[in-house]
Amino acid sequence: MLQFECPYCGRRDEPEFRWGGEVPLVRPGPPQLVSEGDWAAYLFFRDNPKGLVRERWLHALGCRQWFVVVRNTVTHEICSTSRISDPTPEVRA
Amino acid sequence: MSAQLFRLPSGGRINRSRPLSFTFDGTRYVGFVGDTLASALLASGVRIVGRSFKLHRPRGLVGVWCEEPNAVVQLGEGAKLVSNIKATQIELFDGLHARSVNCWPSAHFDLFGVAQFLSRFMPAGFYYKTFLWPSWGWFEPLIRRAAGLGIAPTVPDPDRYEERYEHCDVLVVGAGAAGLSAALAATRSGSRVLLVDDRGVLGGSLQGEDALIEDRAAHDWVTDAEAELRAGPRTRVLTRTTAFGFYDHGLVALCERTAPALTDGSTLGAVRERLWQVRARQVVLTTGAIERPLVFANNDVPGVMLASAAMSYAVQYAVRPGERVVVVTSCDSAYEAAEALRVRGAALVAIVDTRVEPGSVAVAAKTAGTQVLTGHAPVRVLGSRAVQALEVRPLADDGRAWRSDPVTRLECDLVCVSGGWTPTVHLFSQAGGRLRYASDAVALVPDAGPSTVQCAGASAGRFSIHQCLRDGFAAGREAAQRVGAVADCGREPLAAGASTQVSPFWGSPRARGAKAWIDFQNDVTTADLELAVRENLCSVEHVKRYTTTGMAVDQGKTSNMNALGVLAKLNGVEIGRLGTTTFRPPYDPVTLGTLAGRRVREFYHPLRRTAIDAWHAAHGGVFEDFGGWRRPAWYTRSGDTREASTRNEKRAARDAVSLFDGSPLGKIEVRGPDAAIFLNRLYYNNIRTLGVGRVRYGVMLNEHGTIIDDGVCIRLAEDHFLVSTTSGGASRIFATFEDLIQCEWPDLRVLVTNVTSAWGNVAVAGPRARELMQRLGMDIDLSSGAFPHFTVRCGLVQGVPARIARVGFTGELSFEVNVPAGCTLALWETLLKLGSDLGVAPIGIDALQELRTEKGFLHVGTDTDGCTLPADVGMGDMLAKKGDDFIGRRSLTRADALREDRLQFVGVAAEDPQVVLPVGAHVVPHHKSRSGSHGYVTSSCASEAVGRSVALGLVRAGRQRLNETIHVYASGRDWPARIVSPAWYDPNGERLRA
Repeated sequence: MLQFECPYCGRRDEPEFRWGGEVPLVRPGPPQLVSEGDWAAYLFFRDNPKGLVRERWLHALGCRQWFVVVRNTVTHEICSTSRISDPTPEVRA
Repeated sequence: MSAQLFRLPSGGRINRSRPLSFTFDGTRYVGFVGDTLASALLASGVRIVGRSFKLHRPRGLVGVWCEEPNAVVQLGEGAKLVSNIKATQIELFDGLHARSVNCWPSAHFDLFGVAQFLSRFMPAGFYYKTFLWPSWGWFEPLIRRAAGLGIAPTVPDPDRYEERYEHCDVLVVGAGAAGLSAALAATRSGSRVLLVDDRGVLGGSLQGEDALIEDRAAHDWVTDAEAELRAGPRTRVLTRTTAFGFYDHGLVALCERTAPALTDGSTLGAVRERLWQVRARQVVLTTGAIERPLVFANNDVPGVMLASAAMSYAVQYAVRPGERVVVVTSCDSAYEAAEALRVRGAALVAIVDTRVEPGSVAVAAKTAGTQVLTGHAPVRVLGSRAVQALEVRPLADDGRAWRSDPVTRLECDLVCVSGGWTPTVHLFSQAGGRLRYASDAVALVPDAGPSTVQCAGASAGRFSIHQCLRDGFAAGREAAQRVGAVADCGREPLAAGASTQVSPFWGSPRARGAKAWIDFQNDVTTADLELAVRENLCSVEHVKRYTTTGMAVDQGKTSNMNALGVLAKLNGVEIGRLGTTTFRPPYDPVTLGTLAGRRVREFYHPLRRTAIDAWHAAHGGVFEDFGGWRRPAWYTRSGDTREASTRNEKRAARDAVSLFDGSPLGKIEVRGPDAAIFLNRLYYNNIRTLGVGRVRYGVMLNEHGTIIDDGVCIRLAEDHFLVSTTSGGASRIFATFEDLIQCEWPDLRVLVTNVTSAWGNVAVAGPRARELMQRLGMDIDLSSGAFPHFTVRCGLVQGVPARIARVGFTGELSFEVNVPAGCTLALWETLLKLGSDLGVAPIGIDALQELRTEKGFLHVGTDTDGCTLPADVGMGDMLAKKGDDFIGRRSLTRADALREDRLQFVGVAAEDPQVVLPVGAHVVPHHKSRSGSHGYVTSSCASEAVGRSVALGLVRAGRQRLNETIHVYASGRDWPARIVSPAWYDPNGERLRA
């Protein structure tokens, strides 16, 4: 069971949180200018890296705020957590 | 009642003044407090405790604790039945009833024993061959019935289980020599310590040995250590507690079993087991090691036992496991077992050592007068239901073949075997630790691992008591220092050094016509491993699954290492190169109830209740789960069926006035200068043009364009909206709002709040609804001109703030009255009283669903599926009139969204108006069509108001096929029908707009 350091509440256990997918995920627009390929990429394609991934989690049973996590998908080590409003964290390839 | 013929006259940790009576397979026996079921059976001379899984061979006790593969029993009966529990782990209590499993009528006499004669038809993976020929279907029912061990209970578990969380500085797992030592060091250093052990008494294997620590008996040292630990103010000791899994971020899960009452086995305090979730800053794993049996022909006959287990039975339980003992070993430790048995009166026939020059232990034994045969290996056991003799023979130089010397026959009734020790590294591996093969220890020992975990003692491959004490102490002190506890902890406990030399021995050379067992519980032999290799299964993961070695309840505790050794020999590689199968929790079986904790019965899926719930219950409401809420499906009146009650409710709604408790409907407040812009991006419909005081029906989509929710949007002011969602969608839609505001559009000036449970909602609907509402007394003009359909009014109703919207799901004149939740019941009862002469009646969900079906109103999730787009339900024209982007807009112009043959929302009229078409029935072009389904019926009911049955459905290109004749097919029956408009009742909405 993972533990996360919520930027607002501190360290809590995994059942309090909900996963929200990779970030950054930029919503293409306006719709009439978005190609089929770009829209498909937004809907379906993700990096799914082996190693460090930037993703967002929601503290669903706490402050109900979204925040950004850098996690190692192999070891589950949590490298950092930051607010949505903070600059996107660096992830070394 | 049998006498305890094999109980030693003195000694042991049992309490001879407290005898206990129990039964096994229907026969009554006696044991003592302190016995396990296994030790008590042994004391009474019971040698056959079970039958093997596949071949039903008689099996006896091999081990003394959780490594035991054979003595799997069923304990108790009825609600107290526990299946597949090991006799070695059952603390004896008075009145215990146990039965062996996988045999009938008993382990001693098993009719299924004939399976042994079919063994050549059942090698490893034989069932896979039946997939090829002749047919798995022939064998499947038989094999499934024969597979498995015990029987499952058929009534719910009546016991209570609890859950606790613990944080500590140092967690020590295992309270043997190393663990107690580590806990002492960590406690004295000043850290917060949690020490756990899966047995009822501390000391681990020390309780089963004649050892000395600090110049006194080991068990006395254990008693003192325990006293010191329990006196420590920051130290907790848990016995009967198994650490069964090591999870992410240092979470260790423990299962604590409370002590059984000795009078009847019931658990004290009514909590049977407790789940602990422990986050420790440092973990010291002192989980010990498990002895390996040797692999030779007929090594599974009752009477072949691990040497350390035989010693434990003698020392701890005062049981003589046999009269004439042969010890067969490839390591030094078995000599201690031989000595322990000899001084307690067993006749030590011989010690057979596979090593050519065993060293000092052999010299000492010979000096004491014991016959020691070095460089010899066991050929086979003679006897089938019990050991009668053991054949041994000298090995040729390389150990792979026999020397030409003749066989020596040793008459005996107990063969103590020891192939070395396997460190218990499960938790370490689960924590991500790596293993390496240590050739001096002939074992896989912990290598690199997480920085917060240490292994010490036998689990690290250091097997003597002296090493364990030193190792454990150092690890405990180190763990304490890592968390900053640096008080002086003194020096480690001392014991005399002992030799622990071991040589690898992966099985005797072949003996003609007899099998050598690797995995006792799953009946896997060396021949099975050879078969797997012959069939080109190379990886250990494949061999494990093909032969099922290591897959039984014991998870290979006594067999995995031997299997690796044999595989390495067959493949001609070093053991270290083979790798191991993945270690997964739980280490030992865990009761499902423990994992469920208190989340059972009414707490498994607690349903939400509205403010009027008690009224519904008191007035015949029949409740069901609707979207997580407990709501009345219908109201029963004496003698009425569900159909009749629903008919009556619908009649009240269409002819008089009905009340419906709509409190679970989602209500979300959206406020701020950008509220309208925000909602315009969420809804498919245009929200910008919604005037103040007006209400608009809308649908929300996901980014795939699929309709995910519908409801009305109410504009209370320029910057203030109330969004109504479906009852089941409230939380989800609110979460979507928060997600978009926080992450996608953080610059929008808008706030959202979920007020679903703050407001109660009563829908007053029917031709006489206005009459009833006017009797309520409020400062709102309810007349048709002043309060038209799809508008909202706020005011005071009998002094209570209310928001009233003219919307409805039933298709009749309808007022939805929202009041603060606490006032809902008063409103409800007032309306019932005021309207009694009007024929007012409450209606349930069943009636509501049928009323809206008659109107052709959409029910998202019933009349729509995971692909339904707005155009599919007839809302396609709106898109051109809205220029702004919204969630899902881009997906509405995908090629798939523009297909001509999409499923479209229509009505379905059975040719026979009495036929109520089944929901889910398929629409096909004509009778006996082979062209596949053209859609399906989504909603259906009988309708008094319409005068015939009505149905709705999703049909391919449905709106282009109005009046087309089709067939509706379900479960072998079909009915002719026509595609029609979904608006069955009052298609022009005149009653709605009254």
